[in-house]
Amino acid sequence: MTGVATGKGLEVRGLNKSFGGLVVARDISLRLAPGDRKALIGPNGAGKSTFTNLITGVLQPSSGTLTFDGRDIRPLSEAGRVKAGIARTFQITNLFKTMTVRDNLRLPILERLGRTARGFRRADRDAAVEAEVDALLTQFRLADMGGRVVSQLAYGQQRLVEMAMALALKPRVLILDEPAAGVPSSESPLIAEAIAALPQDLAVLIIEHDMNLVFKVANRIIVLVAGAILTEGTPAEISADPRVRDLYLGAHHG
Amino acid sequence: MRDITGFALMVLAAIVTFYAFPYSLAFTTRVVIMMIFVLSIDLIQGYTGIATLGQAAMYGSGAYAAGLFAVHVSQAPLLGLAVGALAGGGIAFVSSLVLMRAEGLTQLMLTIAVAEVLREVANKFSAFTGGSDGLSGISPAPILGIWDFDFVGKVGYIYAVAVLLAVMVFLKVLTSSPFGLALQGIKDSPARMRAIGTPVMRRRIAAYTISGVIAGIAGALAAQSTALVSLSVYDFQLSAEAIIMLILGGTGRLWGALIGTAIFMSVHEVAASVDPFNWLFIIGALVLAVVYAVPQGLLGLPAELRRLVRRPQ
Amino acid sequence: MTTIASILLDGIAYGMILFMISVGLSVTMGLMRVVNLAHGGFAMLGGAFTHWAMVNAGLPFPVAALGGIAAVVILSVPMERVLYRPIYKMGELPQVLATIGMTFLMIAAVNLWLGSSLLAIKLPALMQGSVNLGFRTLPTQRLYVLGAGLLVIGGLFLLIERTRFGINLRAAVDNPATAACLGIDTGRVFATTFALGAGLAALGGILGAELLPIDAYYPLRYMVLFLTVVAVGGLGSITGSFAAAILLGILDTAARYLVPDAGTIFFYLAMILILGIRPKGLLGRH
Repeated sequence: MTGVATGKGLEVRGLNKSFGGLVVARDISLRLAPGDRKALIGPNGAGKSTFTNLITGVLQPSSGTLTFDGRDIRPLSEAGRVKAGIARTFQITNLFKTMTVRDNLRLPILERLGRTARGFRRADRDAAVEAEVDALLTQFRLADMGGRVVSQLAYGQQRLVEMAMALALKPRVLILDEPAAGVPSSESPLIAEAIAALPQDLAVLIIEHDMNLVFKVANRIIVLVAGAILTEGTPAEISADPRVRDLYLGAHHG
Repeated sequence: MRDITGFALMVLAAIVTFYAFPYSLAFTTRVVIMMIFVLSIDLIQGYTGIATLGQAAMYGSGAYAAGLFAVHVSQAPLLGLAVGALAGGGIAFVSSLVLMRAEGLTQLMLTIAVAEVLREVANKFSAFTGGSDGLSGISPAPILGIWDFDFVGKVGYIYAVAVLLAVMVFLKVLTSSPFGLALQGIKDSPARMRAIGTPVMRRRIAAYTISGVIAGIAGALAAQSTALVSLSVYDFQLSAEAIIMLILGGTGRLWGALIGTAIFMSVHEVAASVDPFNWLFIIGALVLAVVYAVPQGLLGLPAELRRLVRRPQ
Repeated sequence: MTTIASILLDGIAYGMILFMISVGLSVTMGLMRVVNLAHGGFAMLGGAFTHWAMVNAGLPFPVAALGGIAAVVILSVPMERVLYRPIYKMGELPQVLATIGMTFLMIAAVNLWLGSSLLAIKLPALMQGSVNLGFRTLPTQRLYVLGAGLLVIGGLFLLIERTRFGINLRAAVDNPATAACLGIDTGRVFATTFALGAGLAALGGILGAELLPIDAYYPLRYMVLFLTVVAVGGLGSITGSFAAAILLGILDTAARYLVPDAGTIFFYLAMILILGIRPKGLLGRH
């Protein structure tokens, strides 16, 4: 059934994507409602990045539906989907590396307010915007770092900026693409804390390799294998599932 | 504060030049016009990360538009500048629809091709443009009906400096605005800009068009100050040398464009007059020295030196 | 009918010249991701050495030409090592700047050495004259150009497909990092390719002197022409360069035959059209 979805939040139904003969997404269906904390796990090459790209509009699905609050978002561009309320972070830190942390946060705020077409008045003199930047810096414990150029920050802190930028868009759905990738385990609790502190009504999908992090922050886990959903369940169910053990956890925890 | 100091120094340098080289005003005016042209490139190359070797397309179109307007409609200089700006902006807007879809070498080559096509068009319509003989008959009326252009070129120089100041102020405001910040974001990471909801293509087209307006103004000024427009306004060499000047001074900082232009053109002028046959050695060596020794441009020199001094500790 | 045949013959001959000069540029640009504006300088230097060897040393054309090519190859090795290596890792802009600087130095050097006048290369009697094809006569020189072009593409094909070096080269073009991991000495592959490309450019410069006359400003005058072939063909693609060179050669020749006063406008419009539709060139990877 690919009828009109009526539920709140993001609804994916029967999503397929293939490049030539290579199927990278096979009949994926899932729902993200306000307040959800879901995680998408799966071995390398399972199609997790493809899935992110399909939702955010980098790629177009071959078939299937994508609705947000009942509205078809397939015709929307990448930028259009952000405006609709779907934000993402990047697996490989993708910051404005020559800019300060403050500028990195200002840009998404200004964009959300529809101001980046404005060629007059300084970008850094708007009290409301600056207050919002300050609040984000505090929330992500980056208050002392505002004036630093992002490339000088520790990697864990860069990951926090990455998340703060997405949150600055005030999204209703947030896709975190491996938020802890490349972060030394000593800094990993910082990421978990930041995710726990996200607004309660935000729908969050975490795509992650780090199982400790996934079990800490997610209440539902979806397992993706070879482009298709293998199973979905609570962390307890997933960790008890022998197929998952074999396919994924086994490979990881040896 | 730093900007105010910068502008004060700029005005001071313009005044000192005016009195120090009273017989070289034709040359110093050319330098000032070139500065405007190089600034137009800094906006797209230095701030937005658009690769170009064909900015002459907009400069040349501004020059021809202003020249033709002067010959056939009105010799009022400021109106001529407006027409040049319009022509430069128009050409930039139309060509950007194709150019902004490409990147890297392809983008570079397409920018060159646009300028070459325009040169051929100007050559074809020689009845109108004068073809390879050039377009003559430009003789600017007094500015605002008050200041008449003199033979020595005093008024022409002051006029050009005034336009440069206006362009510089405009670009300072623009680059520190939200739009300017978005352009730098596009230069750093177009993918991230899309992910925060920016219509990257539209911003690039806007930046390219504004840059075209400024290049058109530079071309129009050149047409008015030399009272002649020739096919060489579309030269590849013009675009390439402007890029050299920009990198020489340092990209993405506006002041770098001014410093690079002043130094390159002075060295060029002196070298060409000392040894008209071998000045390319000096220019070539200068260019290589910048790339290998100060890749950040001359504006990056203080930081580079500081790094060298600190290293032993 | 005979016009079409003439256009094809002349166009293909012109295309062969463009191919010989540009192919090395395409491969090195695809391999090192370096924007190289100085490549035409190698074609000029090949022509300049040959001119000098014939006029001042009185050597016969074949010896002078081989000597010219050898001189360019020998010169290109230290140039790659000293001047190009530092810029491989830089951005596009510094690469443009550095290679324009090198172009200026090459022009200045030849200007100082042989002056700024035309550096004619007098062909031996064997290559002069013309052959009667029935519908028209064809300068014998064109036949040599066609033959040399076919030999070059055949030789490159064998080199790329059948030799160890070819395998390494293809691996390095596909993915330099992986190639290095596989134990391929990418530095050496770069250097060899660069020297080979320079040598081919010299050959093209010498054989093409009739169509693209050699003088000190040659590298600047034809810079855009060679880069166009590379961009239209697709970076790093030998077949692409060949297709682009022949296509642009025929197109430019056709325009000269049919609309003699149109100048280069068709050439550039074609380039805008092709790159507008296929930004990565005819055979570039998408």
